Amino acid sequence: METAFIITILATAIRAGAPVIYAAVGEIFAERSGILNLGVEGMMLVGAVSGFIVGVKTGNPWAGVLAAMLAGGLLSLIHAFLTITLHADQVVSGLALTIFGIGLSSFMGQNYVGVQGPQFDAIHLPALSDLPVLGPVLFSHDILVYLTFLLVPASAYVIHRTRPGLHLRAVGEDPATADVMGVNVARTRYIYTFVGGVLAGLGGASLSLAYTPGWTEGISGGRGWIAIALVIFAFWEPWRAMLGAYLFGGVQALQFNLQTIGITIPTYFLNMLPYLFTILVLVFATGERMRRHLGAPAALGIPYIRGER
Amino acid sequence: MSQSSSSSHRLPRFSLERRLTTPWWLSWAIPLASMALALLAGALIIASQGVNPWAAYRAMFEGAFGTGYGVAETLVKAIPLMLAGLGVSVAFRMKLWNIGAEGQLWMGAWAAAGVGLYLYAAWNLPPWLAILLMMGAALLAGGLWGAIPGVLKGVLQVNEIITSLMLNYVAMSWVLYFVDILWRDPGGLGFPNTAILDRAIWLPKLTWLPLLPKGHRVHAGLLLAILAAVFVWFLLNRTKWGYEVRVIGENPEAARHAGMPTARNIILVMMLSGALAGLAGMTEMAGVAHRLQRGLSPSYGYTAIIVAWLAKLNPFGVLLVAVLFGGLLVAGDQIQLTMNLPRSISDILQGLILFFVLGGEIFSRYRLRIR
Repeated sequence: METAFIITILATAIRAGAPVIYAAVGEIFAERSGILNLGVEGMMLVGAVSGFIVGVKTGNPWAGVLAAMLAGGLLSLIHAFLTITLHADQVVSGLALTIFGIGLSSFMGQNYVGVQGPQFDAIHLPALSDLPVLGPVLFSHDILVYLTFLLVPASAYVIHRTRPGLHLRAVGEDPATADVMGVNVARTRYIYTFVGGVLAGLGGASLSLAYTPGWTEGISGGRGWIAIALVIFAFWEPWRAMLGAYLFGGVQALQFNLQTIGITIPTYFLNMLPYLFTILVLVFATGERMRRHLGAPAALGIPYIRGER
Repeated sequence: MSQSSSSSHRLPRFSLERRLTTPWWLSWAIPLASMALALLAGALIIASQGVNPWAAYRAMFEGAFGTGYGVAETLVKAIPLMLAGLGVSVAFRMKLWNIGAEGQLWMGAWAAAGVGLYLYAAWNLPPWLAILLMMGAALLAGGLWGAIPGVLKGVLQVNEIITSLMLNYVAMSWVLYFVDILWRDPGGLGFPNTAILDRAIWLPKLTWLPLLPKGHRVHAGLLLAILAAVFVWFLLNRTKWGYEVRVIGENPEAARHAGMPTARNIILVMMLSGALAGLAGMTEMAGVAHRLQRGLSPSYGYTAIIVAWLAKLNPFGVLLVAVLFGGLLVAGDQIQLTMNLPRSISDILQGLILFFVLGGEIFSRYRLRIR
């Protein structure tokens, strides 16, 4: 097969993977603290629409990014309040957040469908972008894609090599012991649920301001759910989430480019690919987890009430 | 705060204490108060559009329940919510988070349309048999679609939340392929629809219902939904299998020790859950749209999750809550027309109601102590 085709596929995979990386890394932080937030899809959508609206109003995509992060963060606080303070069921609360986010985003964006807005353009990096193969694959992207190259190592570092990361893991694995050690369980969970929301919002903005600029209802197309699946695939590790996101991006790239090399499958079936792929990935990851006895954070989904087990 | 300050100057401290019993009035008062607060929060969002929220709520209520026509339309929208909600509630009983009702509903509608549009004519079936076959096909298709996450969960322990949701997107693409291409009505004037079903195999309208205006659209799916609720109630509360399902849901350890076949029951429950959602697709197709078309379901499968949960998984509660949410959907269409508010208001209200009821729940389980 031609090199040009492979380069297109790989470059598209990296671009398509970026929004999912933000959402998945965010969810890793939340779940590492013990909070399962199934509202990612809703937070991404509200992030996408808020980012786009503010981008249009200010003409500044960075203002949009900030607004998206704030919007995602605020929504996640609803989930945090319900599940951490009021001990509500995390599954139901997360589903409610997604349903609410779908409605809210379509409500907010009603006058913005089809509107032209600002967007992040590809940035040419001196030297790097001119490398053969690597240049077009890795360094032909917009700033929000480049930021994922920093976010993933930084997140892995924070989780495994810093004191706050230690507290985060302690709270997710054994909140009672963490509590005795003097870690404020509720506050830690609030912080990382918020971080998860902020990153999901940013993932939304990277859709509406970079990957597919503009606002259409349901712009995220299930990416929030795919991110949650990738967290399981990734065993709660940012690097593996990045790998998963690129695999997902690769499937999307194939979906868009198969026709150009003369393979004609009806688009309806190509559109199923990312979702079927996600199911497949989940099946394999679950099998591997069982074999290697890798577990989710032990306290994931369980409310912590001091003195109650 | 310093230790030495006298207790009279102490800031009040809040703590939660688990209730041993919940007074009967609280289990009513709390959800009602929660709903009221949700509507209050929704009022803020409506007001943000420069619309008087009280006028909007009045228009919504009158649109959904104020006229015979409104009540009839509310019931029409409640039917798929009842059936899909029952399906969801069966799975939730076993702590199986089936959020694939939307896809199961679409697969049911698809299978029923296949029978109604093609087999009916090809085999020259009598209409009553064709209707029964459409129901059977929908139950089977929805059930098999639900069985996929069921098998993955039961045999391989794969998270059913994500697989059942992903399959919604797959089902959607699958059905659209038929609507847009394979089964598309060439006489459809460019609209992607299948042809209309033969009138003889439409689900009959319940013309004998009292108080509803002439020509209303309430169809026999309502009776199917009520039957289904009785069936689910009987199955869960009066059979050995239902007992197993409830035990596995409430205490999987104990169920395992008692030798209950968990994997098999997971698959069976997901099949039953999917079958009921599939039937919802059939009633919507054969009772309302009379063909397969885009937009057949305005996310009934997702609303059904809220319905099931608010009904506390009680089958008869599902029927009641479904009417309430059917009303909300009708009201959403109504205020879009009369108040120039987007219909997504009804999605927002659904989410808000769920938030507030969820948040309110703690007060029925815990007592707020102020010291």
